[in-house]
Order: sequence, then C-alpha cells, then structure tokens
Amino acid sequence: MPLADARAICPDLSTRPTDLAREVAALASLRRWASRYAPMVASDGADGLMADITGVAHLFGGEAELRSDLHARLERAGLSVSSAIAGTRGAAYALARHGGGIIADGDLAQGVGRLPVSALRIDHATAEALARVGLSQMRDLIAQPRAPLARRFGQALVLRLDQLLGHQPEPVAAGAEPPHFGVRMTLPEPIGLQSDVMAGLSRLLDRLCATLALHHHGARRLRLELRRVDHGTVQVEIGLARAMRDPVRMAALFAKGVDEVDAGFGIDAMRLSAPITEPLPPEQIGSGPVLRHEDALADLISRLGNRIGFDRVLRMQPADSKIPERSFQLVAAAWSEPVAAPPRHGPARPLTLFPPEPVSHASGHPPAQFRWRRMRFTTLRAHGPERIAPEWWFDDPAWRSGMRDYWRIETREGPRLWLFHTPQAPDWPVPAGAQNWCVQGEFI
Amino acid sequence: MTTLHNLASRPAPADPFTLTKTRVHEAEGPGRRSFALFQTLRHPGAVLWVLPAHEPQRPMLRGLPVGLSERLLLLTPRSETDLLWCVEEALRAAPVALVIAEPQQLLSLTAGRRLQLAAETGRTTGLMLIREDHGSSATETRWRCDPVSAHVPVSRAATHAAADSTLHRWALSKNKKGTIGHWVVNWHGASAAFDLVPETGERRQPAEPAR
Repeated sequence: MPLADARAICPDLSTRPTDLAREVAALASLRRWASRYAPMVASDGADGLMADITGVAHLFGGEAELRSDLHARLERAGLSVSSAIAGTRGAAYALARHGGGIIADGDLAQGVGRLPVSALRIDHATAEALARVGLSQMRDLIAQPRAPLARRFGQALVLRLDQLLGHQPEPVAAGAEPPHFGVRMTLPEPIGLQSDVMAGLSRLLDRLCATLALHHHGARRLRLELRRVDHGTVQVEIGLARAMRDPVRMAALFAKGVDEVDAGFGIDAMRLSAPITEPLPPEQIGSGPVLRHEDALADLISRLGNRIGFDRVLRMQPADSKIPERSFQLVAAAWSEPVAAPPRHGPARPLTLFPPEPVSHASGHPPAQFRWRRMRFTTLRAHGPERIAPEWWFDDPAWRSGMRDYWRIETREGPRLWLFHTPQAPDWPVPAGAQNWCVQGEFI
Repeated sequence: MTTLHNLASRPAPADPFTLTKTRVHEAEGPGRRSFALFQTLRHPGAVLWVLPAHEPQRPMLRGLPVGLSERLLLLTPRSETDLLWCVEEALRAAPVALVIAEPQQLLSLTAGRRLQLAAETGRTTGLMLIREDHGSSATETRWRCDPVSAHVPVSRAATHAAADSTLHRWALSKNKKGTIGHWVVNWHGASAAFDLVPETGERRQPAEPAR
C-alpha cells in the first residue's frame, strides 16, 4: 500500500524511514540473546532467526514450554514475535510465517498441509503459476507426482518441497561469532590504590593480549572501565599509534589516566575492552635495531597523542596540487605511513608558509619598496613572476581574487620573501598604496 | 675543591655549527627556522618539530631539504605547558635525533634545566627557536640568526646570476663550553653543504700598483 493511501485511511499515522543498519544490528543482538535456547542460532532473512533445538527442549520442560518461555521473555522486552517448532527447517519457516505453532514429530505432512504454497520459500512467479493450476495449499502439492512438478516448475520447487518434508537435509548454519576483545575482573574487596589498579590492569592486559594474539589482531584503542562501589563508572581510554598486543607497553600508557581516576569508596570491578582492533599477524619480536627503533617511535607517538590528541601529532604528505596551501597535507602520524617527498623541480618554494599578509606602501611592479609587519623593506632582487591559477574545480575562498603572480623578493634588509600579486583583483585606492601585493612565505 | 675537566674527552667540533650532542640549544632571530633546518640535515634520524597550534607560520613540504619530510613529525600542542611537556617527552625518547620547538613565552631556568636533563637521559639534541631575549640561561649555546642580503652591484645581468644568493649571518652569542663568534654562511637549503663567506671589509692598505 502506498504511503499516501495509508495516510488517507488513517490520518494520524506516524511513519518513520527504515533504518536497515540498525535493524540488522538489532537482529544480531537478538541472535546472541537467542543462543540461550540453542547452541546453533542463525539469522534467517531480514526478520527471522532459526535455532536448532535438537536435544535441548527437555531442558526447558518440553517444546511447548520452551516456546511459551520464549514468548514470555520477548513480550516482557516489548517485542511481538511469531514462532514455530517443526522437524525440518522449511516446515518451521512456513509455519512461523503463517500462524506459528508446534508440529509434532512424524506429523510433518499433516501439520503443514493447510499452509499456502507461497510459504515454501519459492519465488513469486512460481507461487502464482502453482495457484493458477489449482495447487494453492501445501497438501495439494505434496500429493502431486514429483516428475511432472519438476518438469513444469523447475528443480527449485522440488528441492524446497523435499527440504520441507525432510527428504533433503538442511542444517542450521550459524555464522561464526566475531571474536570479542573484552575481559573483566570482579574483586572480592574494593581497591583504591593506584598500584592495585595497575596490578589488576596488568592481569587483564595479559588475558586480553592472549585473546588478541589468538585471533591475530592488535588493538588500536583500549578502554578501561572501573566500576566503583557506589555504582559509578570511571573510564580511562588510550589510543595506540599502531596496532599492538604487548601488555607491558600498553600498561605504561595507562599510567597517566589511572593516576587521574577518582576511586571514591573503592573500585570493585574492572573491565578492559578493545573497541578498535586491526589485523596484526604474528611477527618476530626484538630482532634487529630497526624494529626496536620503530617500536620506540610508535610508543612515543602514542604517549604524545594520548596527551595532546592524535590529531595534533602530524606528518607531512605531498598532495597533487599547484596551489601552495594544498601542495601538501598534514595527516595524523598514527594513521599514516611516511611518504617520500616528490623530487624538487621548478621554481623554488619557501621554507615557511603562512596565510597571505598584505603589504602596504608598495611602489613599482615588482615593488621596489614596501612595508610588511611594520618593517620597511627595499627590494634588492626580484625573481619571477610565476603565475599560479586557482583550481576551478575547487572553490577556495582564499583564491576568489583570481590568479596570482608569485615573486621571490630578496630584500636589502635580509629576509627573502615570497610575494604575490593578484592582477585580476581591482586595485585598491592609490593613497593606501597596497596594490594587491601580499606576502605568503619566507625562503631559507 | 677543583674539578678537573678531562679535556681529551671533549673533541673539538669539526666546524663551528656542530651542536653538542645530548644538550639543548637555542636560536633566535628572524633566520632561526633556516638554522633549524640546517641542523636537521646534520642529524640523521627522526626529527620532531613542536610548534603551537595557533602559529600561522608552518613549514612547507616542497621547501624543505631533500629527505627531511619522511622523518619529520609536526606536533601542534594547544598550550605552552603541553608544548614543553612534548619537548621533554620527545627529548627523553631514544629514537628521536633532533627536537625543534618554538616556545612562545620566556623559558624559565627550571624549564631549561629540565630540558637539559631530559636531553641527557634520552641522548637527544634539542633546539629551541626562541623569541628575542626569551631564552633560559641553562642553554648550552645560543645562536643569533639573521638572513643577510648579498650587497653586490645590481645590474640587469647580475640580477639573474646572483638570484640564488642565500646568505645567513649566524652569530654564537652564548657558549658554555667554547668560544663565541659570528660567521656569514652561504647555505642554499637543498643539502648540508655550505660555504663560509669572508666578511666584507675595508682593505687596510692600498693594493700594489701593477707594474
């Protein structure tokens, strides 16, 4: 039904767009919860879960009790569900979507007999074709001879029918659980000393790093949650300059954060998790000075980044642009690798670059005399111009004044400056004398 | 009580611009960044440049000497305290060859002394690019750096020939273990090579007349 029709019928209808990602996440968490009923639980389509409860039902007192327990718990959580228990996966799928219930053992063909054929996990065209020949219910279909069915409607229909009736096996394929990088520790007595917290942390780190090593992963971010006696929670979070699983080096980074924790009346539980991990294959440790040097540098970046922020520990990388400001970019050193600078060619570039600062009292072209930062300069030599045009595909407010003619001006006073002139911008009134000259850099 | 200095264990530097290892030095003046870049070429290994977040004058990649950008890390801490902490932490770390910092405020004696101790612990050299008279007396050497123009007669032809003139006047105004002095250097920034330029001066006596 289109939304407009629905609104016409019920004007008070409240609607929300579908959030597929969150739905999948919710289903995944529901799947984790459902593993309390069966060892093998798989998600089935976008809105279903399939559990293999073979040999489990008696733990809950029988199939009916298991199902009512499931319904009661989900109802308490605010979810309305429909469920079915049957001998085969196909039958359970069909029944759960058409009323739900339990099909007893050996009663499969009868139990599903009244269901429509569209419950058979077949495509819409096949279901319509079946309805057109008068096979609308499952019991009509089961009674038909196989060979003509296969010839007329294809092998897929017969396969689904066989799976429904249990002639073809169809196991529940539960996906592998993603590794969980989190460990916790509950303490019999609350602790408050920093050394005690660090001792507990080192035990947690040992366990976490063992898990990380097992799955060939390394942590990029670690979070330590300390639960206090008064049910308050304190978090200490550290970042790592590169993936690692060395407990001793990680513990050193926690020292500052743990130092600032307010323990209150004591801490009685600790939880350590690695929210961000990266694949890290096993590597030879401690071999050669190069590796140790890299490790030490990564540790330094971690220490610096944890105090001043990882976005303030920067590395320069060349970028593909003629515009001076965009000819390189500053990237976080923790998330990048050093890149060799392009070979030097073309006109010289200044050592330092700053936002353009207009000069005043400029005379001549290039200016023979000018003032900049309240200093008076006389041009000794001028080298240029080098014309740089703005990138038309990128609207930069600083470059709205059009193209620039860059000059290397060597002044009699010493500084060698990078001046530019914007010929396309209208001149300022002559008494101010600026005439669109700006300083943007300083040479060696 | 007299302390006997072992003069033999202190090798004389090969040239006046060699900074003593494991010490912190200072440079001031408008050409101090050039001096810092010159020193990066003499320290193979990782180089850290600590400058305040609000500092508009940033190094430009394509103007840096060859091979420096791979080993250069820029730190932009927000406050002066963080800046000094970064410098101390970097000086304490072994894998760093040179730490360059641009403090904005006066370096106190305590801060200067702490940095010296950190440099000795980590066996790292430090170079503080200070503002005028903002140094600390704990520094090993203090350099006054100015770019100098080459005063040659400006003719149309000579303009292009001498366009690459990059003269610097580097004066050593404080030295704890040596003499002071000043030099005029022609260093073009691409490599570690430099030329010492004799000072221009008045000729004492008239040249011999040609016979």
